[in-house]
Amino acid sequence: MPSHDEIFEKVKAALVDALGVDEEDVSPAATMVGDLGAESIDFLDIVFRLEKAFGIKISRGELFPEDVLSSSEFVANGKVNAAGLAALKARMPFADLTKFEANPSVQNFANTLTVEDMVRYVQSKLGG
Amino acid sequence: MRWFWIDRFDEFVRGKHAVAVKNVSLAEEHMHDHFPGAALMPNSLVVEGMAQTAGLLVADAIDYNRRVVLAKVAAAEFHFDAVPGDSIRFHAEVLDLKPAGSLTKVKSTVGDRVQGEAELFFAHLEPGEGVPQLFEPQELLRWLDQMHIYDIGRDEAGQPLARPDW
Repeated sequence: MPSHDEIFEKVKAALVDALGVDEEDVSPAATMVGDLGAESIDFLDIVFRLEKAFGIKISRGELFPEDVLSSSEFVANGKVNAAGLAALKARMPFADLTKFEANPSVQNFANTLTVEDMVRYVQSKLGG
Repeated sequence: MRWFWIDRFDEFVRGKHAVAVKNVSLAEEHMHDHFPGAALMPNSLVVEGMAQTAGLLVADAIDYNRRVVLAKVAAAEFHFDAVPGDSIRFHAEVLDLKPAGSLTKVKSTVGDRVQGEAELFFAHLEPGEGVPQLFEPQELLRWLDQMHIYDIGRDEAGQPLARPDW
């Protein structure tokens, strides 16, 4: 099992390649969308790169739960409801959703995921 | 008029790699203004030729069941400009292929010089995922014939590529 720092370095390399950002921009606290400018198609690209870098398999929607965020069952008036929040937490135990819960508007979700969440996600996939 | 930026395939191995040729000609209208007296092929159109080469390679590999859309140019670098009289060869290679998307690497060469290199990422959309049907299967098949894909193509086992029965 690689260390946290080793995972971070590989995640950083994947994000630099996928998003065309500078290495120094990829800090653990940087948000994927707001700070690094990731768009939805970039998440697919990032999934490809993380799978290759770590030899893991990432199912569709696992890293970025677009299906939950676009479901009428989980979203009402542009906000994720209680059932939706529960679904997100179950799907993404690696992400810190505390801030998002305070104002669970779908638009805010994009700015919730951070680089550190990506690192934690990979750690969870590697069984750590 | 159709947006063709490759003239012919010279190599095509299903799911693996392909080589297509684009002959750059002063007869192409965009050359007249780009630039007067110093015509050159815009590298944005070189990227389009790369994308057509790699895009057809990927679309064939998934049996044309989804719409293959150039989603992003992950990296592109050009070393010199292609000019009228040049034959550009696009060498496309599939790096990764999944149901939802594919990552390819394409190199353009003129003679033995590398003109450009790019990583192209394609999204594979289901019908109804936002892209309308742009042409009929028969029409696509005519283009594939025109590009000689079924004359020179090979499948994974090295056998001639089977022409679809559309």
